[in-house]
Amino acid sequence: MNLEKVVFGFFIVLAATLNFGFFIGEIDEPRHHHIYELFAAIVVNLIATVLKFGDRTQIGAVHLSTSLVADLQLVAAACVWAIAVHVTGEGMSADVTTSVVSLSGGALFANVVSVILLIAETVMLRR
Amino acid sequence: MNASVFFLALRRMRAPLIVLIVIYALSTLGLTLIPGIDAQGQPAPPMSFFHAFYFVSYTASTIGFGELPVAFSEAQRMWVSVVIFLSVIGWSYSIISLLSLVQDKGFQQVLLTAGFVRRVKQLGEPFYILCGCGETGLLIARALDREGIRVVAIERSEARIQELELEDFAADILALCADAAQPQQLLMAGLEHRSCRGVLAITDDDSANLAVAIASRLINPRLMVVARVASPAIERNMMSFGTHYVVNHFEKFADYLAQAIHSPNWFRLVDLLTGLPGQEVPERHDPPPGDWIVCGYGRFGQAVVRNLTRQGVRLTVIEPDSSLPINVHHIVGHGTEAEPLRQAGIETAVGIVAGGDSDTNNLSIAMTAKEVNPDLFVVVRQNRVANQVLFDAYDADFTMVPSRIVARECLALITSPLLARFLGLVRSWPEERAAAVCRQLEDLCGQRVPLVWGVRLNAADAPAVHRLLMMEQATMALGVLRRDPAAHQESLPLLPLLLVRDGRDHELPVDEMMLQPGDQLLFAGTRVAKAAQNLSLDNRNALDYVLTGRDAQGWLWRLLSQSGKAAARDTTRP
Repeated sequence: MNLEKVVFGFFIVLAATLNFGFFIGEIDEPRHHHIYELFAAIVVNLIATVLKFGDRTQIGAVHLSTSLVADLQLVAAACVWAIAVHVTGEGMSADVTTSVVSLSGGALFANVVSVILLIAETVMLRR
Repeated sequence: MNASVFFLALRRMRAPLIVLIVIYALSTLGLTLIPGIDAQGQPAPPMSFFHAFYFVSYTASTIGFGELPVAFSEAQRMWVSVVIFLSVIGWSYSIISLLSLVQDKGFQQVLLTAGFVRRVKQLGEPFYILCGCGETGLLIARALDREGIRVVAIERSEARIQELELEDFAADILALCADAAQPQQLLMAGLEHRSCRGVLAITDDDSANLAVAIASRLINPRLMVVARVASPAIERNMMSFGTHYVVNHFEKFADYLAQAIHSPNWFRLVDLLTGLPGQEVPERHDPPPGDWIVCGYGRFGQAVVRNLTRQGVRLTVIEPDSSLPINVHHIVGHGTEAEPLRQAGIETAVGIVAGGDSDTNNLSIAMTAKEVNPDLFVVVRQNRVANQVLFDAYDADFTMVPSRIVARECLALITSPLLARFLGLVRSWPEERAAAVCRQLEDLCGQRVPLVWGVRLNAADAPAVHRLLMMEQATMALGVLRRDPAAHQESLPLLPLLLVRDGRDHELPVDEMMLQPGDQLLFAGTRVAKAAQNLSLDNRNALDYVLTGRDAQGWLWRLLSQSGKAAARDTTRP
């Protein structure tokens, strides 16, 4: 067993699960989507991205790009939240919640692709 | 910058980046959990994520705007002190990692290689790949540089690369520190580049040269491949897959020595034509026919024995190893001692070849032999250029320096491919004819080795002449190319050696010979003569001048002079 692989797999799956945890629930209900969960998802996603740096294989490149997509979507969601709460003063209305959650839904899809790649990589490895 | 460098940097920066992310996340999280205080001193809810992130961002980067948006509670201040130290550690760690990455040897190598590959890609002019930049390589690189030909060098030893960079070259030489035997490195040096003209495999390792030759033939068959080799087996191997030129310096020198004994004038001509141009003409030493002694029966000794025997020279070999072929007259012993030399008949012999692989032993043999028989013609093999001082001090009749021989051969092949053909033809000449050409060359070039160059009468090499012959259907004699474009009655110090037309050779073509488009010519002369001739080949006005002896006139001047003449005619009329 390789510790590096354990850490790598751990962060990828954790990024997907946290993202899923934030995403699940009524799409326009702020109570179902806690902002701390979004924060945790962003941090774990960033770490997962950095872990994917420097792999020059084809699958490594796709891994990195899915992670970058997830980061982009989650940061966009965080920006929407920050603007709504702090800039416009609208607060977490149903509209704002919907757009934040749908952005994180996009990130979730990228994270799922990442997990599938991880599984595919493992299955291909016949050792 | 190359993508691989970028990825390598990212890979090395993984740990510091993760540490930074974690520190930022922890700090932000802490600030969103710890309750604050409002302006009246009443407990207030903790900061929101947005404010916490804002605060951490400016604190961690040591900008420090103070406590925003409101003054902090004591608990918050406690946490912020932790945050400050954490962030300083995180940033220091990242910066130190980045600096060590930049200083890392492997990383610098990657950067250098990336720069090398980029510069090779951008080369727009013809170049040669030089594998191995030892003594021989340096000689070739210098000479090619003087000819204005670009060189890309691959050399295994870093010290040699640094030496190369200290050299004073006219054009920047591109050098890569790598093993040329690896095809990957050859590709990086531009093996598939469209401006690459050839590969010179001249490392001192036969098997590396073999690897380079095979790789070049397979990857880019269009290239000219010249390989240096010392072992006859590898030489045959190389010839078998079509290496264009294999330079075996032992064989070459032995062949020259044998030819020099047989026909000294032929050898003199070879010496003049293949010398490094611009250097002093070597002193003339004609090895005498008679009995010869060869000390050492290694690869060089064997080559000498084979070639001299072919010319009918009687030989005695001195060699400590007693298991020599039966047909070789052989004395067991060391040539450095007087006794074996006497046994070999040094008193009656005319010449001796000191051909061991140790320079000191060779000099010792030469000195001992000369003591016994002062009239002896001494041939010494010099293995290392570094020992030049010793060999200069000894001043043998004939010194064999492998690196010089290889460099001369390679240069002759690159700068004038017709020369090898010409020297082949000269072999069958009578002695007097070669002697006459030698005298002519020495008169033309003074005490310098003449420059030898080829000219092809095509649109690229000689546009003016080609246009004249092709488009205007005019005729032109070879003598025109010998006239000086500065003063047409003067002839340039150069000698036409060979004219090749439709695969047929015309040796020493006469001035009256008419030129045709596509002719290939070989000239020998001074550097100045070459430059002057180039002018008439390229420039239509200069060509007109050497053809007619009149300066070409511009359109306006021609008009004026015509009207002037017309006016003069009018006034003379009654």
